[in-house]
Amino acid sequence: MKTLIFKTASAYLLPLLLLFSVFILLRGHYLPGGGFVGGLMAAIAFVIHSFANGIERTKNIVKFHPGFLMPVGLLLALLAGALPLLFGETFMTGLWMKQAVPVIGSVGTALFFDTGVYLVVIGVTLTIIFTISEGL
Amino acid sequence: MSIYDYLYYIILPVLAVSTLLIFIRFIIGPSLSDRVVSLDLLLTTGIGIITIYSIHTNQPAFLDIAMIMALIAFLGTVAFSYYLEKREKNE
Repeated sequence: MKTLIFKTASAYLLPLLLLFSVFILLRGHYLPGGGFVGGLMAAIAFVIHSFANGIERTKNIVKFHPGFLMPVGLLLALLAGALPLLFGETFMTGLWMKQAVPVIGSVGTALFFDTGVYLVVIGVTLTIIFTISEGL
Repeated sequence: MSIYDYLYYIILPVLAVSTLLIFIRFIIGPSLSDRVVSLDLLLTTGIGIITIYSIHTNQPAFLDIAMIMALIAFLGTVAFSYYLEKREKNE
C-alpha cells in the first residue's frame, strides 16, 4: 500500500513492537503474557512492516529464512527440559538460580523454555505469512 | 456520584447500546468496506468495555489485553484494506 503516513509509522512501530514482545515474554511467568503471546506480537510487528513496505523489504530485514527459527526454538525448549536430568531430577523440573539477575528477576529453566516457544511461534507465523503472500 | 457509579451506570450502557447499533450496521452493511469499518469500531468499543472493567475490578493487567486487542484490530483493518485494494486492482 502506498500511504506515506502508514509507511512512516511502520518504521517506528517495528522496533517498538519487538521491544514490547520481549517485555511480554519476560513478564509471562507471574502475569498475563508468555512465549506464545510474545511471539505473536513479534510476528505482528513484521506483518505490519510488510503491509506498509512490501514483502521483499521485510524479507531483507529478516536475513535468514524464518523457518530456521523453528528447530532452534524446539532445541532450546528441549535443552531447558533436559537440563534437570544432569542434576538428578526428573524431566522438566524447574531449576532456579539462587540469586536474582537485575532487571529480569530470578532466572530459571522456565525462562529458556518460554524463549524456545517464542522462537518457534515467530518462525511458524512468519513462514505462514511469507508463504501466503508469495502465492497472491 | 463517584467515578465508579458514573462508569457503571452511564458509560457502560452507552457502550452497550453503541455495540448493538454497530452490530446492526455490521449485519445490514451494503458493501464490504462498511462491514470492515464496523468490525474495527466493534473492537474499539470492546477495548472501552475492557478498560471500564479493568477500572471496576481494579486489575491493571487487563489494560495490556486491551492494548494487544487494539493492535490486532489495527492489523485486521490494515489487512482487510490491503486485500480490498488488491482485489479492486485485479478486477
